[in-house]
Amino acid sequence: MRKISGNKLLVKALKEEGVEILFGYPGACTIDISDELYKQDDIKVVLPRHEQALVHAADAYARSTGKVGVCLVTSGPGATNLVTGIATANYDSVPLVCFTGQVSRPLIGNDAFQEVDIVGITRSICKWGVTVQNREDLGRIIKEAFHIARTGRPGPVVVDLPKDVMGELGSPEYPETVNIRGYKPNPGLHIGQLKRAMKMLNRAKKPLFLAGGGVNIAGANENFTKIVDITKIPVVTTIMGRGAIPTNHPLFIGNLGMHGAYAANEAVTECDLLFSIGTRFNDRITGKIHEFAPNAQIVHIDIDTSSISRNVHVDIPVVADALEATEKILEYAEEHDTTEWLAQIESWKAEHPLKMKEKPGLTPQKIIETINETFDKAIVVTDVGQHQMFTTQYLELDANKKLLTSGGLGTMGYGFPGAVGAQLGNPDTPVIMISGDGGMQMNIQEFATAVLQELPLILCVFNNTYLGMVRQWQKLFYGKRYSMTCLRAGKACEGKCGTEGCECPPYTPDFVKLAESYGAKGLRVFNPEDVQAAFEEAKKNTKTPTLIEFIIDPEDLVYPMVKPGGTLEELIMDC
Amino acid sequence: MNNSTMQKRWISLFVENQNGVLAKISGLFSGKLYNLESLTVGTTEDPTVSRMTIATYSDDETFEQIKKQLNRMVEVIKVIDFTNSSICMKELLYVKVKKCTRHDKEELFQIAQSFQARIVDYGKDSLLLEFVHSATKNDAIIKLMKEEFQSIEVVRGGSVGIEAINMTQR
Repeated sequence: MRKISGNKLLVKALKEEGVEILFGYPGACTIDISDELYKQDDIKVVLPRHEQALVHAADAYARSTGKVGVCLVTSGPGATNLVTGIATANYDSVPLVCFTGQVSRPLIGNDAFQEVDIVGITRSICKWGVTVQNREDLGRIIKEAFHIARTGRPGPVVVDLPKDVMGELGSPEYPETVNIRGYKPNPGLHIGQLKRAMKMLNRAKKPLFLAGGGVNIAGANENFTKIVDITKIPVVTTIMGRGAIPTNHPLFIGNLGMHGAYAANEAVTECDLLFSIGTRFNDRITGKIHEFAPNAQIVHIDIDTSSISRNVHVDIPVVADALEATEKILEYAEEHDTTEWLAQIESWKAEHPLKMKEKPGLTPQKIIETINETFDKAIVVTDVGQHQMFTTQYLELDANKKLLTSGGLGTMGYGFPGAVGAQLGNPDTPVIMISGDGGMQMNIQEFATAVLQELPLILCVFNNTYLGMVRQWQKLFYGKRYSMTCLRAGKACEGKCGTEGCECPPYTPDFVKLAESYGAKGLRVFNPEDVQAAFEEAKKNTKTPTLIEFIIDPEDLVYPMVKPGGTLEELIMDC
Repeated sequence: MNNSTMQKRWISLFVENQNGVLAKISGLFSGKLYNLESLTVGTTEDPTVSRMTIATYSDDETFEQIKKQLNRMVEVIKVIDFTNSSICMKELLYVKVKKCTRHDKEELFQIAQSFQARIVDYGKDSLLLEFVHSATKNDAIIKLMKEEFQSIEVVRGGSVGIEAINMTQR
């Protein structure tokens, strides 16, 4: 058998894993891998302009295609720049394999140039991490990495590749099977436990489904919608679970949690059975934990045992993949008489419908509703902050519309590179980014990637000149002391709004000119009547991204809102 | 969730004998603010497998979560909860007593006899004792020796434990 280098084996392994796109940034320790990638045409190599953007792009690619996202970066700073993205993927259960370069084995531990212990650094934020110490282990480890990333509860995996290991000649074989004795990703559904849960469901007077991101990740949306149709039981979702059922479905109430709909939070508080699938009961959805769903028994289906009974007391735990579980539930699902319960929910909806205060001028709700009307098919990628919460409130989703958002870690800077990754994985689907002016600037260099890859992204920037979500907290809970949140603050005012004799400087950057300088199209919209036209114009621009800067009012706050540490019942509706 | 009692609990853990695994396990405890009373590790009859004995002071819910978190780690092969099983568990303790008078030495020989200790080294004015007891008993021994002698030096190994032989197999 002819021996090959580790570099060659890596490229061979990527092909056998069906990798179509690799997000990479080169460096001294991975230059030989770059060279091998140059010699082939099966894997497209994309070069984002920063490793953090790179890993977010791979993440959104994975979320939007269901495939494993693959990153290749060099040692040292290349590797450390991945950290935020790895944690982001970990919290939202996204399958990634991150290959990091490493200095040669004799140099490890010497504080060599561009040496860091990336496996040590990422130990608590990835599903698995390993340094390949011997050439003969390389094939097996890559196989295990892909297997671990995509099975069970998916997650990011770090594979650290010392340069000399990769240069060494060894077996050209890439294993076909994998066997890890400590890793049992899917233990199989316990039918007895599920039957108990269904019995409990049948006895409930005010049952409620709670769907989390697990339903979307497992692709259980269709099953789940069927279950709801049969049982006539209403549904709330987390923001990661939004789209588990079409948002225009009559039994969909809304999102629960900190910025959830009034009716959804009331339903959770009043229900007598909360039947939850694929959520970890994060603090942002439960509010004050002791008063969460106080009247309900809780059924919890999740693939990750450690997510069950961690934050809330669960009456019936079921460890299972959401797709497998929903298939089984379908076999037992029966129609419920929920007429009275649904009437109560309708009355909550009527009491406080989810909508922003009517006012003239441009509002986030109007923009998002225009997106709903203008696109039949889309992937919407958000950044983090107010615009994200508005999107999760007002964006309509169904089988043709998908939302990608950093829900768990809440990573600013996710939106733009996320849109790049999503478009690369879905060339025929319109990809719309919604970001704030703050988050947009955290990875704005990706204009270069998007323009050169000819991606027709529609980049919506909701510009209110502030870091709006923090400002919202300052307005509501900190006596309007807008510390560190004004993006126009500078030398003249030192960040203290209202400084005498100080005029706010013009906003910088000029997003439209910035877009143009990269070769993208830039539009600025001030009035609600121009929103539709801007999207139509963006649609026509099919070879480069179009940035649309929406000038919005910083006084537009996200309501309703559960006060941090408050209960879901005590919603702040509007001031 | 803190309505259950805090108590000391024992786990036996089978893990891959690879580098980084100990850091991963101890990192879990520090990262999630779980108490880690004691941790010992050594290889088993299978050189690819290491076995750890871990003591943690925690309530029921936290302990459940610790076991689940350990179980989901790729490198962890098996988690055994020792809480309700009959186990054999001992800890090695060395106590070096310095600045001994003749009288001290006599007393130390008596202590050694009463506590089944071995005197493993002997100097002009010092003695080295080896105890193999439960961690609690070792605590008591250290307390006693500290009171009785003016200068002692202590090292202890942390407990190692294994399930006792099942009743039916005796």
